[in-house]
Amino acid sequence: MYQYDKYDQGMVDARVEEFRDQVRRRIAGDINDDQFKPLRLKNGLYLQLHAYMLRVAIPYGTFNSVQMRKLADIARKYDRGYGHFTTRQNIQYNWIKLEEAPDILAELATVEMHAIQTSGESIRNISADQYAGAAADEICDPRPWAELIRQATTFHPEFSYLPRKFKIAVISAPEDRAALRWHDCALRIVRNGKGEEGFEVYAGGGMGRTPFIAYKIRDFLPAQQIFSYLQAILRVWNLHARRDNIHKQRMKILVHELGEEEFRRQVEEEFQTFLALATDFPQAEYDRIAAYFTPPPFETGLGDEIDRSDPDFALWVDRQVVAHKVPGYAIANISLKPIGGIPGDISAEQMDIVADLAERYSFDEIRATHAQNLVLPHVRKADLYAVWQALDAAGLASVNLDLVTDIIACPGLDYCSLANARSIPLAQKISERFANMERQLDIGELKIKISGCINACGHHHAGQIGILGVDRKGTENYQLLLGGSGAEDTSQAKITGPGFDEAGIVDAVERTVERYRELREPGERFLDTYRRVGLDPFKEAIYG
Amino acid sequence: MADFRYRDDQPHEEPAVTLDAFLEQPDATAVRLEAGEDARRLIPFLDRLQLIEISFPRFRDGRGFSSARILREAGYKGELRAEGDVLIDLLFFMRRCGFDSFVSQHSLNPADVEAALNRYSHVYQNATDEAVPIWKLRHG
Ligand code: HEM
Ligand code: SF4
Repeated sequence: MYQYDKYDQGMVDARVEEFRDQVRRRIAGDINDDQFKPLRLKNGLYLQLHAYMLRVAIPYGTFNSVQMRKLADIARKYDRGYGHFTTRQNIQYNWIKLEEAPDILAELATVEMHAIQTSGESIRNISADQYAGAAADEICDPRPWAELIRQATTFHPEFSYLPRKFKIAVISAPEDRAALRWHDCALRIVRNGKGEEGFEVYAGGGMGRTPFIAYKIRDFLPAQQIFSYLQAILRVWNLHARRDNIHKQRMKILVHELGEEEFRRQVEEEFQTFLALATDFPQAEYDRIAAYFTPPPFETGLGDEIDRSDPDFALWVDRQVVAHKVPGYAIANISLKPIGGIPGDISAEQMDIVADLAERYSFDEIRATHAQNLVLPHVRKADLYAVWQALDAAGLASVNLDLVTDIIACPGLDYCSLANARSIPLAQKISERFANMERQLDIGELKIKISGCINACGHHHAGQIGILGVDRKGTENYQLLLGGSGAEDTSQAKITGPGFDEAGIVDAVERTVERYRELREPGERFLDTYRRVGLDPFKEAIYG
Repeated sequence: MADFRYRDDQPHEEPAVTLDAFLEQPDATAVRLEAGEDARRLIPFLDRLQLIEISFPRFRDGRGFSSARILREAGYKGELRAEGDVLIDLLFFMRRCGFDSFVSQHSLNPADVEAALNRYSHVYQNATDEAVPIWKLRHG
């Protein structure tokens, strides 16, 4: 895992002092709320319905036990004893006091963490495959590049006041676990015919009120030129984005309005400018960063057998455990979606337990996933039973990875001032409706994603079943969408028809699922069946 | 006169003309770019220009950062001034993009300005200033 040197540490320390000063100037009245807003947003501090919310970056979703314990401490000391993992691999606290925010940032800085560029119109925290460095299907660990890009885009002088937010994701496997093409800029590491590393580059994706799936704008970008290319993309957008309407300033709108070809042409032209400026980081710096990501000292000669005599454990293994690239090891997924729970929420005590397990059994590494779950990436198969027992005792051994109760949900009307409808109680009701384990397993992969408004923080556009909260004459109403995907077969979900009240939407989801069970052919997931038969048979089931 | 100026030469007194006026009559030595105007149109005249003022109508509108860098990267050596909704927290980035004078519609406290400009002793990336990026310091 990456470790700060004195320079990285100096950056986050200076940031804490800067923010302390900004808060002081705000409290003293030297700057007004309108001027303070972008400053606090650059430090992840949102104003919600009831309190401030602080979003802490977990770069590319990787963190360790010391950091997790600090997150737990902060939850206890400054919040109400819990935290919330988000769809961009970050963690949020919902009950923060403005005066205490600088102290929290100072505590985070002691464990090499920060909230820099986690909100606001900036280059956001970079997301990545949560199985990076462990996945059997990756061509290399994408995190050294993600870290290099993190540094290059931190406090970038030209791109710190962008038209809107800018989200980057990096993966290196054919399977997409990071909702790649839903990002403003999406990078997939590939090798060319000569075996050289480079990036397939996609641009112009995003959710929100006008969803777009990113277009591929480059088949192969030599890896060392990534910073030039990113700056070219950012400059074209910064200069030409619309400025008249906050809802049309995301890069996806520019790419769409210019057209893929013209956008690409302009980027390539600007790319030549940046190449000539020689701002790319040298190979030596990449090598320095990559050295932190050398594989941990895996043991060799370990067996692959797992003692499955405990049936509850066997069930967990079959669902939550994924193949590791090293024999004798496994990737263990920790569900933060207990039946009836709040998706992504975790208590301080549970954080401590995950920290202990990571330290003891996973080379001190933890990952956060965009589906709001956690991962222990490097567990010896022989240790899985002990890990499971500890998770089970802590209420963290739910079995539902990618199943109907593994629901993504945004904070919605319980917290968010922009919400039209509640998301969390709905997620809880759906989860309770489908609590039965056999039924869940029979239904198989089914990703439900819920947003409380058109901003799409809950990824409803990418939901195999998506739910969108709307306001209908002052009452909460929910639209149902089908057929989205945030995986390698990216697609945008379609609205089925008129919306429902809360009870009605749970029934509509159930009718959708039952129709799938009638229609499916052997081996078909919900999404496969939907794609084969289309929307109509489902509409019929839903609206009768 | 700029509120804050980081140049040794004499301040330029001629009033800045609009881009359109300048392009019609390119013997002016001071020009003002509104947000959204294409800085590259000035590139043929950079030798002659002594002051380019770039407007920041709202601090959120960051187009001027790119315009400034484009001009410096094209070799402009004269005064580059940021004018308008210029807030303390923009100054550090503005300096790095090549601005060397500021006229703010707000009254900025000089001590706060100094603090903001000196807050970060290092930078992660090259821009148009002299700052040596951290990667270079790491590798000697
Ligand atoms: C409660 C405070 C929050 C506010 C005020 C908020 C606001 C917004 C807004 C305005 C957008 C639309 C952006 C656009 O279209 O340009 C958005 C998108 C998004 N937000 Fe949030 N959000 C909040 C919480 C969250 C949380 C908790 C998560 C993660 C669970 C999240 C993840 C996202 C994602 C993934 C998107 C979609 C990105 C895209 O449009 O490409 N947000 N948010
Ligand atoms: S989708 Fe809407 S309701 Fe949900 S968190 Fe985002 S802004 Fe709030």
